[in-house]
Amino acid sequence: MAETLGKALNLGLRRALESDDRVVIMGEDVGKLGGVFRITDGLQKDFGEQRVIDTPLAESGIIGTAIGLAIRGYRPVCEIQFDGFVYPAYDQIVSQLAKMYYRSQGNVRVPVVVRIPFGGGIGAVEHHSESPEAYFAHTAGLKVVACSNPNDAYWMIQQAISGDDPVIFLEPKRRYWEKGEVSFDASPIPLFSSQVVRQGTDVTVVAYGPMVRTALDAATAAAEDGRSIEVIDLRTLSPLDLGPVYESVRRTGRCVVVHEAPSHVSLSSELAARVTEQCFYSLEAPVLRVTGFDTPYPPARVEEEYLPDLDRVLDAVDRTFGF
Amino acid sequence: MTNGDRIPPDPEFVQLLDPDGERVEHPDYSVEFTPDEYRGLYRDLVIIRKLDAEATALQRQGELGIWASLLGQEAAQVGAGRALRPQDMAFPTYREHGILHCRGIDPIMPLGLFRGVDQGAWDSQKHKVHMYTIVIGAQTLHATGYAMGITMDGKVGTEDGEAVIAFFGDGATAQGDVNESFVWASVFNAPVVFFCQNNQYAISEPLERQTRVPLFKRASGFGFPGIRVDGNDVLATYAVTKQALDNARLGQGPTMVEAYTYRMGAHTTSDDPTRYRAGSEVEAWRDKDPIKRMRIFLTKAGIADDDFFTQVDDDAAKQAVELRERVLALPDPGPLSIFDNVYPGGSPLLDEQRAQQERYLASFEGGH
Ligand SMILES: Cc1ncc(C[n+]2csc(CCOP(=O)(O)OP(=O)(O)O)c2C)c(N)n1
Repeated sequence: MAETLGKALNLGLRRALESDDRVVIMGEDVGKLGGVFRITDGLQKDFGEQRVIDTPLAESGIIGTAIGLAIRGYRPVCEIQFDGFVYPAYDQIVSQLAKMYYRSQGNVRVPVVVRIPFGGGIGAVEHHSESPEAYFAHTAGLKVVACSNPNDAYWMIQQAISGDDPVIFLEPKRRYWEKGEVSFDASPIPLFSSQVVRQGTDVTVVAYGPMVRTALDAATAAAEDGRSIEVIDLRTLSPLDLGPVYESVRRTGRCVVVHEAPSHVSLSSELAARVTEQCFYSLEAPVLRVTGFDTPYPPARVEEEYLPDLDRVLDAVDRTFGF
Repeated sequence: MTNGDRIPPDPEFVQLLDPDGERVEHPDYSVEFTPDEYRGLYRDLVIIRKLDAEATALQRQGELGIWASLLGQEAAQVGAGRALRPQDMAFPTYREHGILHCRGIDPIMPLGLFRGVDQGAWDSQKHKVHMYTIVIGAQTLHATGYAMGITMDGKVGTEDGEAVIAFFGDGATAQGDVNESFVWASVFNAPVVFFCQNNQYAISEPLERQTRVPLFKRASGFGFPGIRVDGNDVLATYAVTKQALDNARLGQGPTMVEAYTYRMGAHTTSDDPTRYRAGSEVEAWRDKDPIKRMRIFLTKAGIADDDFFTQVDDDAAKQAVELRERVLALPDPGPLSIFDNVYPGGSPLLDEQRAQQERYLASFEGGH
């Protein structure tokens, strides 16, 4: 069935609430309003105020109490309203959530999922368009995933909730309204795996979250010029699942990594290093990166200049043939 | 984890002008305005409401990305704004358009942020109003630190000392930053007034999601006085805020003022309040309208007549048209402006990135 990405998340959360009564949803405006993006729409009405909790306006409080609930045996799914508002909770996530299992020598599990709508492209004011993934991927003990399409959204959120790891769950907010097929009965691929989403032979383009759509569009445009791009949806940012990337780059000899976040000390830095280490003798060109610039996210009227788009991806693809 | 009891709906607060436009005596607070000053307050209220409505319309027409309306909160903002002295410093949220007006600031100034051409971009020191802060509560700590600086500079303790006012909402009172600012202000006896506009909602969440006690009572636990004022009464808000600011400038430390008011519109233009509150509740608050009560009072006291009211409406309408034209004329930032002002000392890496992007953009010129 075709659903929007937002609705697919809603259905995935609903199914998680149905299948385990220790699952609780908490966050600002997630109850009566159904969240500012309506991802939790109707859930409080059907599951009650004890399972879908409108919290006070304090992100550190949301994550800190979720950790307490998790210690008590619950499975909290926290919504952070926008990417730029996760930072008040940074200490609870990085110093507490990430390290609990390690510090307790494996005795204390904190299966908290932190949902964050991330990325730009919606014409918003500051703090509403950021890509904070590297901060979290840099932190041992956290798992970080990003969905890019409705089917993955539906399955990945359920997999994240049912696992015992704390998971930072990144949702590409500008894709919330895009539709795609959801197979409700098929069994999903493992959560922490990347996936080839379009096959090709000339260049490997690696992306995640909102940029997967951009990469696919670039591949379609390139095909018209007779160039064959393979697109890989990374899906998991920590741990990385780079087997499919290495396999692909060994065939194509060229690799371009795309994300909205700035390039400096980023996921693409990590990918470039690892692909170079593992595929050195197959590479026809250095690994190129198409990313946001190393600046704060700019005002809305100039965000199109900041965000990687089809042209910038194709430009990088072209450049891999120039070496 | 139920929704808790409702906070008592009929609050005890300082009121000098009731919803019917009757003057009320208060043992501790009073105002003495000249007829001109009374008319000036009325004018402020009407103008900020009109400009606010114009901004909402501009958003509806796609000319602003978003707008946070102050509708219903005019008296709270004019009362506080007019109580400020030129040397005082204000730290606003994103809704304090009325405060900017009272500081004599061009109404175009905050509109760049909402149109998406800049992120505030003004000089805090020059205007004695810091930029808008969207991250809830963060500015209360900045206000407190600034106030500590005033003390360190020896600028408190006299009639012409300096004071700071920090604005925030009822929702913000839950944030760690706000509570920490209370601790700091108290411990360092900082000359700061914490001005909370309790408009009853934080987006969809009603007050009882943030507190089980009236907000102004929080202050005493931190060691400074808290007071609740009728935030729809411009006279009372002025009197209470002025007293709090004067106490601060005289070295008597912080005060929390809870301006009890109501957000008549949506949280922002992106919000749909019909999903979480009853129309009847909004209607009940319409009777407490801040402008209506001033108009009745001014008429009855013979301070203003219909000619005056018409004149004010005409002036407001004219200013709104002017503002609209200027918003439409706001230039979009250039593509390379992204790289400006990241570091005061610049950055070689960023210079390289900018040069690269410049070459990339140039490659499109002359046919690509
Ligand atoms: C740290 C942070 N978390 C969440 C948000 C999203 N948000 C914007 S306004 C708002 C509600 C604020 O309510 P309140 O403090 O009562 O002020 P009001 O908008 O009603 O004036 C929220 C949750 C934010 N801006 N910053």
